[in-house]
Amino acid sequence: MADQPTSMERLIQGILPENPVYRQLLGLCPTLAVTSGMKAAITMSCAVAFVLLSANVIVSLIRNLLKPHLRIVIFTLTIATFVTIADRILAAYMYQMSKTLGPYVPLIIVNCIILCRCEVCASKQPLFTAVSDAVGQAAGFALALSSIAAVREILGTGMFFEIRVLPASWPDWVIMVLPPGAFLTLGLLLGAVNWMGSLHSKNKQGKEGGEKT
Amino acid sequence: MEPKQPKPPIASTLERLKNRYIVQAWLVLILTLCFGGTLAGVQLTLGPIIETNKLNETIQRVPELILGADQARKMEKQGRSLSVEPLSLGVEKHGRKVFYNVYDAKSNGERIGWVVKASGQGYADKIELLIGLDPPNEKITGLFILEQKETPGLGNKIAADYWRSQFINKNVRTPLVVIRGGVKPANGIDAITGATISSRTVTNIINTAVSDLKEPLSLHAASVSRAKDEP
Repeated sequence: MADQPTSMERLIQGILPENPVYRQLLGLCPTLAVTSGMKAAITMSCAVAFVLLSANVIVSLIRNLLKPHLRIVIFTLTIATFVTIADRILAAYMYQMSKTLGPYVPLIIVNCIILCRCEVCASKQPLFTAVSDAVGQAAGFALALSSIAAVREILGTGMFFEIRVLPASWPDWVIMVLPPGAFLTLGLLLGAVNWMGSLHSKNKQGKEGGEKT
Repeated sequence: MEPKQPKPPIASTLERLKNRYIVQAWLVLILTLCFGGTLAGVQLTLGPIIETNKLNETIQRVPELILGADQARKMEKQGRSLSVEPLSLGVEKHGRKVFYNVYDAKSNGERIGWVVKASGQGYADKIELLIGLDPPNEKITGLFILEQKETPGLGNKIAADYWRSQFINKNVRTPLVVIRGGVKPANGIDAITGATISSRTVTNIINTAVSDLKEPLSLHAASVSRAKDEP
């Protein structure tokens, strides 16, 4: 078997080089749906982080007992349990927010990021690596969600975290808060991240080439 | 001599099959039990809190819907509060029974109004309203939008104060109608520009709820007052 990445590599990879939204294009459903405001985006990221961390911990602890053909059942079972817990906690302590997020909290169950991390990392690597992987991926997801939400909320309502940042004369671009705004913002940011990535790798290649000659 | 019965090998293969599936799934079964127990525990601890959240969301609105915002604030300052009793009233409609959640608001034992929860399909999604009515069920005393996902910037103005306030003090003996500009009759409601469907939905929900509940509310009021008189 090929060498598995270390915990530090896992942590760093999750944030940008393997960002779940911008690089792996996973978990796009909540990315598009709940990024009309910063508060909703941050709450969603926290819920995903909680589920991701808990699922990775459980799966990593039982990884030696897993049977290949039953592993997905166990992943789904674990994820569904923690999502339900997160959903109940939100409904009990952040009732308004849980109403805003609506069905997107239960939908974390089918969020591919978590299933992917269980399969790729937690079911193969020890606890500490699985935890740092979860932290890295959750941070990457939060980064993606909050960057999209920041653009949409500021342009769409002139506010950031529901505090006015643009002058009152700003004509709110309502379309940014509507579903098309989500697609536009995601597309443009995705393009920007890829463009920066390609610039970065070109620089690297140039340098390496220079050293050789 | 009896021929040997071929039963034992069949039983053993059956057993082996059984063993295989159960043994292989032991982790799934144990996890299911553990997770089931955890979820039951979570529900037991958080369930009551969620229920009160849901009820509070409505009951907090009751004074404002019946007395108006100013009166409600004054009452809160004086430390008085209304007693609110949630009821569920059934109405027979098109052969089906429809239930409305009604909140019976009383101050010092005397009824000062009703709050009715009603909903209907809006432009984007379900719209859920709280309608405040005076005791004889003739005048609207307040309107609050509990839930709506109408278009931001257009339809979601149904939740704005200036639009909702035109319903206050409207007489509901004649159904309300949505008017687009021009002269308004006494039972007319101004449509929101660009959101006629949302405006119409809200008005229709109110009309339906009021006409549906006309009889049940008066029956309920009569039965309660009779019960009070008898003993």
